[in-house]
Amino acid sequence: MSDTPLLTVRRLRKSFRGLLAVDAVTFDVAAGSITAMIGPNGAGKTTTFNLIAGVMAPDDGEILLDGQRLNGLRPDQICHAGIGRTFQIVRPFPKLSVLDNVLVGALRDGSSVRQARRAALDVLDLLGLAGEAGKPAASLTLPERKRLEVARALATGPRLLLLDEVMAGLRPSETDRLVETFRDLNRQTGVTILLIEHVMRAVMALSDVVHVINTGRLIAAGPPDAVVSDPAVLECYLGEDTEI
Amino acid sequence: MTWDIVANILIGGVLTGLVYALMALGLSVIFGVIRVVNFAHGEMTALAMYAAVLLFEGGRLDPVLSIPLVAGGLFVLGYIMQRRLVEPFIGRPEHEQFILLLSVAVILTNGLLIAFGPDARGILTDYSFDSYAFGPIIVDKTRVIAAAGALVSALGLLAFFRYSRTGKAIRACSDNLLGARVVGLNVPRLYGLTFGLGAAAVGIAGCLLALVIDVLPPLGPELTLLAFIIVIVGGLGSMTGALLGGILIGMSEAIAGLLFTPSMKSMLSFALLILVLALRPQGLFGKRAL
Amino acid sequence: MSGRVLSAGEGSSTRARIALALFFAALAIAPFLVGDFLLSVLVIILYFAFVGQAWNLMMGYAGQLSLGHALYVGIGAYASAALFVHFGIPPLIGALPAMALAALVGASIGLLAFRFRIGGVYFALLTIAFAEFTRILVSHIGWLGATEGFFLPIENRTDIDLVALRGPPHMFYYIFLVLTGAALLAIRRIMDSRLGYYWLAIREDETAAEAAGINIFRYKMIAVMISAGMTALAGIVTAFYYNNLFPTDVFGIHRSIEIILAPIVGGLGTLFGPIVGAFVLGILGEGLTIVLDQAGIATAGVKHLVYAVFLFLIVRFLPGGLWPWLAARLGLDRDWRA
Repeated sequence: MSDTPLLTVRRLRKSFRGLLAVDAVTFDVAAGSITAMIGPNGAGKTTTFNLIAGVMAPDDGEILLDGQRLNGLRPDQICHAGIGRTFQIVRPFPKLSVLDNVLVGALRDGSSVRQARRAALDVLDLLGLAGEAGKPAASLTLPERKRLEVARALATGPRLLLLDEVMAGLRPSETDRLVETFRDLNRQTGVTILLIEHVMRAVMALSDVVHVINTGRLIAAGPPDAVVSDPAVLECYLGEDTEI
Repeated sequence: MTWDIVANILIGGVLTGLVYALMALGLSVIFGVIRVVNFAHGEMTALAMYAAVLLFEGGRLDPVLSIPLVAGGLFVLGYIMQRRLVEPFIGRPEHEQFILLLSVAVILTNGLLIAFGPDARGILTDYSFDSYAFGPIIVDKTRVIAAAGALVSALGLLAFFRYSRTGKAIRACSDNLLGARVVGLNVPRLYGLTFGLGAAAVGIAGCLLALVIDVLPPLGPELTLLAFIIVIVGGLGSMTGALLGGILIGMSEAIAGLLFTPSMKSMLSFALLILVLALRPQGLFGKRAL
Repeated sequence: MSGRVLSAGEGSSTRARIALALFFAALAIAPFLVGDFLLSVLVIILYFAFVGQAWNLMMGYAGQLSLGHALYVGIGAYASAALFVHFGIPPLIGALPAMALAALVGASIGLLAFRFRIGGVYFALLTIAFAEFTRILVSHIGWLGATEGFFLPIENRTDIDLVALRGPPHMFYYIFLVLTGAALLAIRRIMDSRLGYYWLAIREDETAAEAAGINIFRYKMIAVMISAGMTALAGIVTAFYYNNLFPTDVFGIHRSIEIILAPIVGGLGTLFGPIVGAFVLGILGEGLTIVLDQAGIATAGVKHLVYAVFLFLIVRFLPGGLWPWLAARLGLDRDWRA
């Protein structure tokens, strides 16, 4: 982990019919880090995430990946720029095999189907799905699907991996396993990870830096221990189910 | 060409358009609630038209008076279609639902062809050649009756959905299916009622249409397309959109008949559909984005 | 719709290869064994197999439901026939502009629809609208014979002229057989390439496909254009086989519906589905016609009624189509389904 930012978000703003969902949010994600973004429901996390992933264009502000401006690019262009993403509600290609799901991602860098298949098998190995390679994705369990989602994103060869509540709906033991997986990924491949997460157990265990967003604004940032004892953070979470 | 003629033709178009609108309203209601596209809509209209023709020929029953019978029959048909055919397909891929209703449409068209042959059948009442004159404007009596009947039925349907308990319950299913289930609404029954009501609208429209135009088996697919054009131009799922879209398409057909030849009238409707899909895919009166 | 459950690229079994070789060998010698009537039935079957393959490429693989494929048949037929009759350009050369025109029209429909991410039913209706629009348009163009029909000079030749597409019925039979076989090989190849994988991804989930770096607009456009061009090719051959073209007969919505029957009955998104479906429906339809004729029952409408009932039964009880079901029972390799 270094101090050079991989992702830079400057004064990002987005409103929906007058409702300001993201209000001048500014933050960096350091290259090689695991950074978490937390905040109560409706705080603007998912909107921020969607702006970065290109699902919608920001009204104002700037998103830079390693200096390259990403504003207004389509999701596929964002992917080519080096950002892989998962979906909060998993979206596997249900009738394709687990291997082919990941193979599609691995074709991103222009490699041949044969090369992509080999790369996909490696990624499946990394995520502990090698045994399921031949099964149709529709037959996987929820934790397996979440892993598949990560595998497909990872296969696109991203520099930044965006994880959208991958821990939601998992049992604590499964969460711990996935936390371990992400740690290994980060260590072995050097991929930078930005995660939106409600499950504090995972946030505390994984992240180097935590950004807290509430009502569209960044209200705190720092190492996980410091952030959870920040009075401003505690206040915004008061009455919220924080699942700590 | 004088303005009298133009006005005459336009008004004729609006009147026919109102009957189209009632038919399209049925399609819009079914789609808006059940989220299933009734690809057999025009074929069901043709079926209703044949029923009106048979009742007229066999029982000398005026098409207006046969409305309760035909609409009731279509309501039952619609309810059964939903419960027996469509229900198992809810949640299945969109194209499978589409193919299901396509097969129903082809069965109806060819069933009608086998039963009644390829020749056009029409209804000739005592008042078929009567007309009303409003100054220079002359309108056929049959068209006025058809349009008035369609307007009353359409408003009745709108009122039902707005004010009645069942209508509100159906709208609840359309707004929030999960919520509707949670509060204990019998969703399969309400869906059946919805399809039945959509089909009843088709039954009324069929009787009224039989006053104005002849029916033959290939009219079914034509009417299906017409209904689709109307709801897409008006905005799929929007009831007022369907009404206004019907009037608009009725007028555009009339204008096309005036400017080009009558055989080109549906071309203008298709052009309008293509234009709307290209420029304003949510429809002229629809608000929801696709 | 059957997917690619096993990863493609795994070798196909010898058993499946032998079955396929026998099937095509039987078709290759068929004209020597059957009479004129059966040959004409086989030509129709192979026509539906080939256009079914073209349609299946778009719907079964790329997931874009077209209900207006008669449009492309008609563009191919009318364009090549007009070039031949009015300018003396033989169909072998005229095929290029005719297919290009069909691909261009397909691209225009795609441009309209895919720009706004119009999918499913909306897209299907747009394709119908274009086909119907063209039907009425052609009905009013005197240069193309309008409603009176457009006729090619009939020459009953026994020698074969592939440049002018003039020759005996068995020439047309072999043309369609070669086209079907070539399409089979080409599609199998495509489906094992980037293009094929991208189509499947788009069919399964456009949003997820886009997030995986796929330019979904571009790949959907490619699917429509290839499918339109292929379908136009079938139209060219039929134009010179039947020698007459009538707008309603060529562009009518019933024609578009006929095109989609074989791939659905046989199995959407499967390599052999369209071929199996075309044979099953062809045999069913012709068999029925013969039985009804002998029973003295007027057949108008009955054939289509039975087709529709069959279509209903398939989509209700065997939505994957006949071929995957059949392949499993014949013990053929699973990946031959994909």
